[in-house]
Amino acid sequence: MTAQAHIKNKSLITQLFMSDKGSQIFFALLMTMTIVVPILHLAVPADSALHVSAYTLTLLGKYLSFALLAIALDLVWGYCGILSLGHAAFFALGGYAMGMYLMRQIADRGVYGNPELPDFMVFLDWQELPWFWYGFDQFWFAMLMVILVPGLLAYIFGWLAFRSRVTGVYLSIITQALTYALMLAFFRNEMGFGGNNGLTDFKDILGYNLQDDSTRVALFLASAIMLIIGYTVAKFIINSKLGRVTVAIRDAEDRARFVGYKVENYKLWVFTFSAVLAGIAGALYVPQVGIINPGEFSPLNSIELVVWVAVGGRGYLYGAVLGAFIVNFAKTYFTAVLPEVWLFALGGLFIFVTIFMPQGIVGLIAKLTSKKNPSSSPPIENQFSEQKPWKSKADA
Amino acid sequence: MPSKSKFKEVMRRDRVFDFMVPGGRHAVIAKQLDISHDIVLYVEGISVSFDGFKALNDLNLYINNGELRCIIGPNGAGKTTMMDVITGKTKPDAGTAFFGQTMDLTAMSEYEIAAAGIGRKFQKPTIFPEHTVFENLELAMHCDKRVWTTLFARLSSAQQDRILEIVDTIMLAAQINLQAKNLSHGQKQWLEIGMLLMQNPQLLLVDEPIAGMTQQETERTAELLTSLAGQHSVVVVEHDMEFVRSIAKTVTVLHEGHVLAEGSMDEVQNNQQVIEVYLGE
Repeated sequence: MTAQAHIKNKSLITQLFMSDKGSQIFFALLMTMTIVVPILHLAVPADSALHVSAYTLTLLGKYLSFALLAIALDLVWGYCGILSLGHAAFFALGGYAMGMYLMRQIADRGVYGNPELPDFMVFLDWQELPWFWYGFDQFWFAMLMVILVPGLLAYIFGWLAFRSRVTGVYLSIITQALTYALMLAFFRNEMGFGGNNGLTDFKDILGYNLQDDSTRVALFLASAIMLIIGYTVAKFIINSKLGRVTVAIRDAEDRARFVGYKVENYKLWVFTFSAVLAGIAGALYVPQVGIINPGEFSPLNSIELVVWVAVGGRGYLYGAVLGAFIVNFAKTYFTAVLPEVWLFALGGLFIFVTIFMPQGIVGLIAKLTSKKNPSSSPPIENQFSEQKPWKSKADA
Repeated sequence: MPSKSKFKEVMRRDRVFDFMVPGGRHAVIAKQLDISHDIVLYVEGISVSFDGFKALNDLNLYINNGELRCIIGPNGAGKTTMMDVITGKTKPDAGTAFFGQTMDLTAMSEYEIAAAGIGRKFQKPTIFPEHTVFENLELAMHCDKRVWTTLFARLSSAQQDRILEIVDTIMLAAQINLQAKNLSHGQKQWLEIGMLLMQNPQLLLVDEPIAGMTQQETERTAELLTSLAGQHSVVVVEHDMEFVRSIAKTVTVLHEGHVLAEGSMDEVQNNQQVIEVYLGE
């Protein structure tokens, strides 16, 4: 048991990532990017070939928030078997909470110059701020809502769905319906969230101009840091016994139930946590792209999100991140060069991945390397892998 | 003083004991298993029907503490449905099922029943395929299974020892770090039995434990099940008559959702009704 004592002495973080090469590579790349990109943007002159433009910086910041969203989905889908086709709804709700804060920061600098009401309310001839906008002029309150609103919705929705044992394709369909219903609701002007146009024209965040280079860099860094935190927490959950239980539920729900786990509670917990992560990702996304509108609730967004995770490799956290980057890079490229092709490419990609690479890119790599080295570790990370092999009493 | 008032409460003359109220569906869920009458399972008058088909029809069954009971019966006799009722998967249309004196199984959910001490092995071996043998056993272990405690759960050395002990019992010591999906069919069956043992159940329900096993494995399983009886009560559903003969003291024959005969293997085999059912009229 000395090996174990040895492990206990190491910090939690070291324990989490010690036996996980993929995560180590992921962290190395992410750290490098987090440090190099802002330097290349701020310190390298604009005419240099190495200069990173504000556009690229914001684009990468956006990808980082998408990566966090992908991790959120991977937690429920890859590790708990809940295929949510409405996860973009939680992302959008977090985004709206952030957008409301940014709207309130505009104050009297709007087109109508009304210090109390955002432009679209003046346009609709509203006389006073609706109650649900109260408090959003405070950053801390908005941040609280970024977590609470998606979390609470996921909790209530999940409680109803999991308690009734709605699973598989049926759950996917109702999550899809959830995001669609929210989209229709947010399209309405009477809802008080800017209707069709959503929330935009943001000026500053915490007193810093959103157009400033330094603010952009700060948002990029915030996204990177949140991704690292989100990844680490997700990794902690997966490596804990709770993570093993969720995988058990994914693989053999009945067995888990008869072994004595209250499956509904586990699903609800993971689903809610995942929704909170998605909400945070949305809050990071909005100030970087400068707009949030009901289109973010569109079912297509949620499906795209599933494609990211499928392409990267579900059941691997870094797979989800990789997928988010690859597919979004492809999207940015195609929508600029061949806009009409993108949706076909996306659909084709999904079919290709489902049929030929069910475990995604990372799964394919793992398979290829394990052929060379059959004893390499299985996709499920476990805390005992470093203590192998166990000795049974019979051997001793 | 509290025990005195509790006693008074129990002895109130204006009402009967909770568990004796006819059709009593009110949850009588005690925390502690009460087997003071030496009977661990009471199944009384259970009926279940699916779309008009009566899977169980007024089923009565009593399992003694520490008993090894074999249940046989032709296909469709209701063996699996009976297990579903006992483990809370299926709610009966009528009748009661009590675990010990106090626990009303019809009012409990699967996880509560599992926590109370009833373990179940499915007909088709059901294990967690992506987890190693060790992890399978760890997940099945009897402990606080709430979400938050599970998140921060750490294995104590006593728990590790327990797992290693069970691994030896089910003879999978060499495969301890192997993913369960790579085990042979028979080994999966054993792993599932091992998972039951990890739960420290008072009552084990074992559905077709030797399906797909070699002769040697079968013998070993018979040995294992017999050794479990005594400390645990074991209910085995099996088709293989030779196997049943080798382990059973008492055999219950189910037919069309009803108990047809009960007794020793010889008695049952000489029972005229049983012969008719098995050999046809």
